[in-house]
Amino acid sequence: MEQSKKMRQIAIYGKGGIGKSTTTQNTVAGLASLGKKVMIIGCDPKADSTRLILHAKAQETVMDKVRELGTVEDLELDDVLKWGYGDVKCVESGGPEPGVGCAGRGVITAINFLEEEGAYTEDLDFVFYDVLGDVVCGGFAMPIRENKAEEIYIVVSGEMMAMYAANNISKGILKYSSSGNVRLAGLICNSRNTDREADLITALAERLGTQMIHFVPRDNQVQRAELRRMTVIEYSPEHKQANEYRTLAQKINDNKMFVVPTPLEMEELEELLMEFGIMEVDDEENVGKAENA
Amino acid sequence: MAERKPIEGITKERTEKLIEETLACMPEKAQKKRAPHLGPNDPSSSVCAVKSNRKVVPGVMSQRGCAYAGAKGVVWGPIRDMVHVSHGPVGCGVYSWGTRRNLMQGINGVTSFALDFTSDFQERDIVYGGDAKLEKLLDEANELFPLAKGFSVLSECPVGLIGDDINAVTKKKEAEYDKLVVPCNCEGFRGVSQSLGHHISNDSIRDHIIGRYEFAEEAGPYDVALIGDYNIGGDVWAAKPILEEIGLNVKSVWTGDGEVEKIAATHTVKLNLIHCYRSMNYMCKVMEEKWGIPWLEYNFFGPTKIEESLRAIGELFDDTIKANVEKVIAKYKPIMQAVLDEYKPRLEGKTAMLFVGGLRHRHTVGAYEDLGIEITGSGYEFAHQDDYDRTQPEMAKDTIIYDDVSEFELEKFVEEFKPDLIGSGIKEKYVFQKSGIPFRQMHSWDYSGPYHGYEGFEVFARDIDMAINSPTWKLVKSPF
Repeated sequence: MEQSKKMRQIAIYGKGGIGKSTTTQNTVAGLASLGKKVMIIGCDPKADSTRLILHAKAQETVMDKVRELGTVEDLELDDVLKWGYGDVKCVESGGPEPGVGCAGRGVITAINFLEEEGAYTEDLDFVFYDVLGDVVCGGFAMPIRENKAEEIYIVVSGEMMAMYAANNISKGILKYSSSGNVRLAGLICNSRNTDREADLITALAERLGTQMIHFVPRDNQVQRAELRRMTVIEYSPEHKQANEYRTLAQKINDNKMFVVPTPLEMEELEELLMEFGIMEVDDEENVGKAENA
Repeated sequence: MAERKPIEGITKERTEKLIEETLACMPEKAQKKRAPHLGPNDPSSSVCAVKSNRKVVPGVMSQRGCAYAGAKGVVWGPIRDMVHVSHGPVGCGVYSWGTRRNLMQGINGVTSFALDFTSDFQERDIVYGGDAKLEKLLDEANELFPLAKGFSVLSECPVGLIGDDINAVTKKKEAEYDKLVVPCNCEGFRGVSQSLGHHISNDSIRDHIIGRYEFAEEAGPYDVALIGDYNIGGDVWAAKPILEEIGLNVKSVWTGDGEVEKIAATHTVKLNLIHCYRSMNYMCKVMEEKWGIPWLEYNFFGPTKIEESLRAIGELFDDTIKANVEKVIAKYKPIMQAVLDEYKPRLEGKTAMLFVGGLRHRHTVGAYEDLGIEITGSGYEFAHQDDYDRTQPEMAKDTIIYDDVSEFELEKFVEEFKPDLIGSGIKEKYVFQKSGIPFRQMHSWDYSGPYHGYEGFEVFARDIDMAINSPTWKLVKSPF
């Protein structure tokens, strides 16, 4: 008997502004070009996780529609599920403006709705969750709870704060890995052209017990494509940057390395940063002293 | 005050042994936590050794409520001419609707508002915030009920979790309506019991109500306010006439059958008379500090305590009032004697155990004693140290004092002391009635009342007699 193929659910985390949405959509476009069926669920009130696939800036989000109709029970899947490039299914959870309400609850409401309404169809090969910044509350950890994403990729660069964030996210994964099957599947280095960046992220990945699955070089072609609200793969399939994303897509497709991460203590992380010259070494006695003190 | 004579058979050893045996049934950690909350009474000490106002031990059945319950159910609910908004999901508002028997005058929906107003939060209100809905609710309520003198907005848990700014909304609406619109951040998860809800409500009154209005009529030397009487079963209506009979002018009542503009003008009275110390002492202290208004605790349960309290009140006024006090006492003496003549012979020598909220355990003791009933155990759901310190002299030596007692503990204590009556709440009522023990629900006066004042004592005596001496109990076979 033919074994029914298993849908792989993948969550993308990383520091705010690191390029999660761009990387996710280009990678998904790469998977689509490999003939894979993919759904993207944007878990960010900004609702910009699917615009390059849909060529549309503000798609109607689950929560916007709930607000309009009054209750989530009145909502239909067709109201919020859109098809984009490569037949990629797109949904945005949506949520409030900064400063009001609870964006985390919006993610929970939206994902529960999608499950109940059968958005997770059997023909899907991949579901991608593009999650806002760091894990800030229970709502943003929703995609990695039981029976959801079991693979997590962290988008990171050679900048100090991006690496701090990656380590913190690993701590979150460690916590959830004991209660479920969530595993760290790799670091995606979205290059900022810092010194020895690939070596540094490879070293960080090793310490975390994982791999740097791909080094995505910096290329302005990504921005040129974004101006047309497109992925590089759709905008310029022959461009070398499109190849990078196709390679990443293939690597994710073939990936078998799923680990419980081993997050670093703060001192270890700082040592690593010093080793690569990201942080200056200073005498312990100078800590807390002003420049001219 | 003379120390009470010891109750026969109640000894320190017996009470301590009972506590020890009860604790022995619990896990070690629970034992350690519960032990300081139980103890034999020591009237000779000015500080009660029993610990209070701590978090409930996990796993026990507690009778406590939440901060929202303390705010809505106790302080705000009885103010009759305001619309009280339960801001959050629908359940809190509905299940606190009309459950406390704080009676009020007026025409419902016109001049009094014993209605349920709630913003009925849905998923979208959690995600996008409920401030806009609150504004709309207030606008609609203000339009539908134009005679309402103001609004209170009582936060339920989710409002605090998502960080809605109800204070900004109430401020805006207050300016628009030119009426009081009062925020109360009494989210249920705050604090260890309903007690914090009282405190938060007092703070809201301090910050948003007191001093905002003046009484229409001139101030006089005999102006007083009744604080902390919530008119359960009509208690205010039995207590206020006595004060008026001795010549005092009761300008406002907090908050039973209360009117918010009069509450707001209370800073001009000469004396605050406080009944429920636990829930309203905060505002008495604020008025004392800010406006120099003295306050006095009084107790109108049973003729002995009424007389004691009236004389103490008289001491704070001139000879006219003092003379009136004696006249009033003399007037009611024969009426009270008639009540005692009827009921005391049937109740003399009985015992009772009490467990209610934050006041009645000490305040009602005198009324039972007037009827010849001795109190062998007493405790509070949510009282603080100062309440227990005030309880010690009201109880006989070595009687058992229990703070935030669990169902299990109370059952054990009742099995040992075998009282003829238990005065407690709805959660205990059926447990004990089914084991064949007479019971009175002492939060709501068991659908009866008033129990305050001279009028109330007559009702109290009748009810207690009816409970203890009902022939029904002879028909119940108790397994104990």
